[in-house]
Amino acid sequence: MSSKSKPKPKIGVFKFASCDGCQLSLLDAEDELLGVAGAVEIAYFPEATRAMSKGPYDIGLVEGSITTYQDAQRIQEVRRQCKTLITIGACATAGGIQALRNWKDVDEFIRVVYATPQFISTLKLSTPIAEHVPVDFELRGCPINKYQLIELITATLAGRKPNVPSYSVCIECKRKSNVCITVAKGVPCLGPVTQAGCGALCPSYDRGCYGCYGPMETPNTASMTSQFRILGQADSQVARAFRGFNAWAWQFRKASEECERT
Amino acid sequence: MTVHGTRTIRVDTLARVEGEGSLYIKLVGERVADVKLKIYEPPRFFEAFLRGRHFSEVADITARICGICPIAYQMSAIHAIERALGVRIDPRVRLLRRLFYCGEWIESHTLHVYMLHAPDFLGYQDVIAMAGDHRAVVEKALRLKKIGNRIVQLLGGREIHPISAAVGGFYKTPTKQQVRDLVPDLEWALEASLETVRWTAGLKFPDFEQDYEFVALRHPDEYPFNEGRLVSNRGLDIDAAEYEDHFAELHVKHSNALHSVVRGRGSYLVGPLARFNLNFDKLPEVARQAAVDAGLQPPVKNIFRSIVVRAVEIVFACVEALRVIREYEPPAAPRVEVPNRIGVGQAITEAPRGILYHRYALDENGLIVTAKIVPPTSQNQKRIEDDLREYAAQLVAWPLEEATWKCEQAVRSYDPCISCATHFLKLVVEREDAGN
Repeated sequence: MSSKSKPKPKIGVFKFASCDGCQLSLLDAEDELLGVAGAVEIAYFPEATRAMSKGPYDIGLVEGSITTYQDAQRIQEVRRQCKTLITIGACATAGGIQALRNWKDVDEFIRVVYATPQFISTLKLSTPIAEHVPVDFELRGCPINKYQLIELITATLAGRKPNVPSYSVCIECKRKSNVCITVAKGVPCLGPVTQAGCGALCPSYDRGCYGCYGPMETPNTASMTSQFRILGQADSQVARAFRGFNAWAWQFRKASEECERT
Repeated sequence: MTVHGTRTIRVDTLARVEGEGSLYIKLVGERVADVKLKIYEPPRFFEAFLRGRHFSEVADITARICGICPIAYQMSAIHAIERALGVRIDPRVRLLRRLFYCGEWIESHTLHVYMLHAPDFLGYQDVIAMAGDHRAVVEKALRLKKIGNRIVQLLGGREIHPISAAVGGFYKTPTKQQVRDLVPDLEWALEASLETVRWTAGLKFPDFEQDYEFVALRHPDEYPFNEGRLVSNRGLDIDAAEYEDHFAELHVKHSNALHSVVRGRGSYLVGPLARFNLNFDKLPEVARQAAVDAGLQPPVKNIFRSIVVRAVEIVFACVEALRVIREYEPPAAPRVEVPNRIGVGQAITEAPRGILYHRYALDENGLIVTAKIVPPTSQNQKRIEDDLREYAAQLVAWPLEEATWKCEQAVRSYDPCISCATHFLKLVVEREDAGN
């Protein structure tokens, strides 16, 4: 196999409604950045470069959620241009914190923030990319874990399955030998229903997990809700806990709506 | 040579800025007819959905406005809420918050100086291309940036959207040893930042000075982060609580960001240049000397030189971080308990890009009734357009491609943060060649 004559795989980074934090993770990989840049062609990444080469791209990394009519059109074109399309972060995989509008009247939201509401055009819902186009891999997190991102790019280029676990934050706590803060201190913690990836950061800093990586595989949200109630949380508080950065992920969405009904 | 006809400078996707914006400049003959910095970043409505959330959630939520300066959002939110609730924090927590901000300034300024802005001065599309010819410089930059991030990681758990800052203090504070372990890296960083000042001072700057109203915090004893009065070179001297009496936000059609103006005066400038010009005397001696050696004397009125000022502020942040570390003793408790209470509070802190204003009204259950956030980029947005109107006039005879790049460079001097400003930016330079 002669690698010298082979063109480098092209990567495009595309942004929708988001804070830029997930794509920044690539620039925050200080030790790996020049290595990654040597292995691939960064063909489209406006946050980092003026050079913008046209598609098609071998890998498209998509950050952000769909909140405008124009973006709903643009994602279709991005999908057509990308051989493998990977969504990165809670906005792209679950609609993000801006999905809190999905339970409210967005026109009222516009009036609250903007003096001239007719200048603003937006959709009623903030939705994840997979609701619009087929997605090849969803990398969770608010923000994503940069090492998981590099693993995912490496695996995709090698044509293997990425090593990104879908178990809960509890497993990470056990691995770090953290004392369970719910058991020991009665602190409400979403760790049992939240996918791992952060390294059990919040419990390691003496606070409850607030769900950055979204629902784990088959989460028992009903049991989580009862545990929160046992710890003295009102249903409005439980609903708010599920209604965070992954509020629109269907398991969390269902759990929060059930709390509102009771 | 006289230039005739209508020409347009346009940049549909502004690169090396945070978020989505474009630039449009219309030149008619030698006159600049129109300048629009458009922010098409979609609105996310933070101020609306913060209502009904508990004050303890606000720092986590507002951090998500911006992946590059989450600490600024956390600090403005926390200080505003603490003022609303009359919270007094442990002086050791106050020191730690300064260290936390040092980390963000080192990280964010280094990212901007080397990775977003320097390629313009040296004629590269990006830092990766720059690394081809200047590998050692880029490697040093990455190490410096990483040291800023290391501080943030220690105090906040992670670089982006850290999790430890809280109303009343931190969830967890580091041990003396953990903080001391940063010293060797910071000593290296201080040297690297001094080299950064010298390196940036050697770049070529367009001859472009403007008569700005500089607006920044000023504190009696220190270079500002979280506290101080809001002052300007035109006599402004107010408390954060008076901010809305003196500044107005205008909603313009071409932007999803709101333009800020000083009532009765117009555009103003926030960020490194403003801070430096208004607080030069508060810089530590080593930073002040580095600035003077680099040819910077306040007032610096050339926005392109803000890259050098950013480097000086990295020096400051390293010196300040080392000072805090020397004085650090862990607080008795990581945070004080804060009961729910009705209240209204405002705070301004110095994000790397300039002042960030937050105001919250809270109800008896500690839930947010109203929230208002004015990010630095929306404050600078009108000033960027004013600069471009003047600067583009100097470029009318230039080839379109070079004029466009120069205008982009001018915009990037502000280190605009578009996701923040949306509640922010699009460059389009339109022109038809003479005779067309």
